[in-house]
Amino acid sequence: MKLTLKIWRQENAAAKGGIQSYPIDGIEGDMSFLEMLDVLNEQLISKGDDPVVFDHDCREGICGSCSLQINGEPHGPDRLITTCQLHMRMFKDGDTITIEPFRAAAFPVIKDLMVDRTAFDRIQQAGGYISVNTSGNTIDANAIPVNKEDADESFNAATCIGCGACVAACKNASAMLFTAAKVSQFALLPQGKVEAATRVLNMVEQMDKEGFGNCTNTGACEVECPKGISLENIARMNREYLSASLKG
Amino acid sequence: MTSSSIARKFAMALSGLFLVLFLGQHFTINLTSVIAPDTFNNWSHFMGTNFLVQAVLQPVLIFGVVFHFIMGFILELQNRRARNVGYASYKGSANASWASRNMIISGLVILAFLVLHFIDFWIPELNIKYLQGDMSGLLESGGGYRYHEELVHKFESHLRVIAYVIAFVLLAIHLWHGFASSFQSVGFNNKYSKGLTSFAKVYAIVIPVGFIFIALYHHINHLIH
Repeated sequence: MKLTLKIWRQENAAAKGGIQSYPIDGIEGDMSFLEMLDVLNEQLISKGDDPVVFDHDCREGICGSCSLQINGEPHGPDRLITTCQLHMRMFKDGDTITIEPFRAAAFPVIKDLMVDRTAFDRIQQAGGYISVNTSGNTIDANAIPVNKEDADESFNAATCIGCGACVAACKNASAMLFTAAKVSQFALLPQGKVEAATRVLNMVEQMDKEGFGNCTNTGACEVECPKGISLENIARMNREYLSASLKG
Repeated sequence: MTSSSIARKFAMALSGLFLVLFLGQHFTINLTSVIAPDTFNNWSHFMGTNFLVQAVLQPVLIFGVVFHFIMGFILELQNRRARNVGYASYKGSANASWASRNMIISGLVILAFLVLHFIDFWIPELNIKYLQGDMSGLLESGGGYRYHEELVHKFESHLRVIAYVIAFVLLAIHLWHGFASSFQSVGFNNKYSKGLTSFAKVYAIVIPVGFIFIALYHHINHLIH
């Protein structure tokens, strides 16, 4: 397969970046998108050029490291997958593929396609945990009964890998789906309910501080989420937030 | 709380829901201009002269409209700032409807329509009632209330009817996303959500199409006679 890649190149956070074109040949349909970029980088390195910097780690759709806005969509045109799970068979011979970093003021570019997503870590640190003393007096998780529906919904929310596709897809660069998933996974369980009010208030406050946009319910995040996190989580977070605010 | 993103979207949803209610009431009265002109006249006189409507409901409505617009602009500006560098390629249609992505465009068309609507009806009404001091609501020529005749007269113009029809199409698009999504914003998502969303979508079509029907009815009636 012969392709033309249009890739965002940017030396560092302060530099002005731009799109550069790279022709590439010999790409197989069975390759993953990241393997295709590996091929490009090997060619660039052998020519003495700077390889394209992009985030990746597990390459099996679990870690949430890989990102990339591919032809205008986070993680490319396929659904319920991350970029590392995107196969080149989704593209045709002769295609031009535009590859950009996830764009948000809260996700500044580090270099080329790699962005700083530590804003998500700070939201998580603001309340995405339960305060349990686990040193020496660990409580058996099964000692507290949880009904099946709540356990399932909580688990579904917990499958969020924090990749940032929701922010990248949203026209407002809103982080509501990520924050809502993290709020929901605890809010649904008895262990998480104890700190539910302070959790949601603190996490939303941090989310706003980071400079993410406001949710306008377009639903783009849900469509592009590699883990299929539901918009219901955002409604739940809105409920949790409003009731926590009213309680003071 | 008022400075948080969730509080702002809650306020946006509540003001929107209030305006949706108002639209229903406005449409109901306007519909009588087609089926029962006398009823239309009586209701118009009541709405235009009743103390409660004029001194309480009208200021609340004006506040609701102004609040919804100003908040909409503030949110739009903040949202644009949240993505300071845009994408070279952004495929919005792949994951969200046109209506949901362009609320600011449909909103601005509705705002432009409101300016026209105020020039058409509200300013002349204020002029007659408060500057000329004529609270009777009667035709100068005699023969009952003036409201129905004024309404019919306005819809004689082709250009005005075209402008109204365009505005109502955009209103339908605005409501198509806005009404249903307001339930999500206030945190309502349960077994009734599907039904409510369907109701909101039907409402988003029926009310604007109804307004278009009223405008066209009076216009065509004028052309025939």
